[in-house]
Amino acid sequence: MTNDKYLEDIKEIKSLMNKSTRFISLSGMSGIMAGVYALIGSVIGHFIIQNAYEKGYRDTVNTLFETPWAQNPSLQIVAVATGVMFMAVITAFFLTRSKAKKYKQKVWTKQSLRLIANFMAPLSIGAVFTLVLLQYNLLGLVAPAMLVFYGLACMNAAQFTLGTVKYLGLSCAILGLINTQFIGYGLYFWAAGFGLCHIIYGAVMYYKYDR
Amino acid sequence: MSLINKLNKAFDHRIRLGIMSVLVVNDHADFKELKELLDVTDGNLASHAKALEKENYIRVEKSFIGRKPNTKYIATDVGKLEFKKHIEALEKLIGG
Repeated sequence: MTNDKYLEDIKEIKSLMNKSTRFISLSGMSGIMAGVYALIGSVIGHFIIQNAYEKGYRDTVNTLFETPWAQNPSLQIVAVATGVMFMAVITAFFLTRSKAKKYKQKVWTKQSLRLIANFMAPLSIGAVFTLVLLQYNLLGLVAPAMLVFYGLACMNAAQFTLGTVKYLGLSCAILGLINTQFIGYGLYFWAAGFGLCHIIYGAVMYYKYDR
Repeated sequence: MSLINKLNKAFDHRIRLGIMSVLVVNDHADFKELKELLDVTDGNLASHAKALEKENYIRVEKSFIGRKPNTKYIATDVGKLEFKKHIEALEKLIGG
């Protein structure tokens, strides 16, 4: 009967409300890949720390840029983390672009720019805060702070994209808070937050939205 | 029959329904955005927008971005209220 027409109307309303406010082409697979890169990065980080421990290399923030590369585990870890982030962003961009193409959506829309802006705002504030922690030599709090602010950034951005991102953010933020009580184990919490959580929630998003 | 009477005739078209759906959840939308979201032609969108404007359900703001004319659509409070009533009527029809 005409019921079908009304049902169609409601579905159309819902889809348009979603499409006009949220960027729905975010790729779940890119979350999985980001997690995989992070886990690989964590393993490399583990070897760097082990190597430094065996050879007795120690460094502080004051000597971060003066110690030679080979004896400078902190700088090596920063390099690995930067590499992981770089790879994750590049992968996310290409996978999201191909998903958008599949659904005949554009990548650079008002929705996606709003998503990026709302993700970058808390993240940038967190980045500055982390630099301040470094300034005062509070090295142990750097890893938890990065997890907490990354989590908050995800939670803030979630309202403009797939809802699953909110739970990814919540998990990372909570892991960051727990990490504050286990200073010195930052690498394991990073592996759990940036690695495992991304793989789990990326897989959920992949099954829910990508297939 | 009384249930059907509650449906708003002004929204009884896919495109008008679409325009309102987008405008109630966004502060505003411009012509190009609406066109892409609804996947309609210029003329089609313009005439349906005009119909909604006549009912005072949406407001139109024309301005220039650089030298290009830009048409912005905003849902009025009346429009938002009427649209809400329309959806409630739709839901009742399906539920009942």
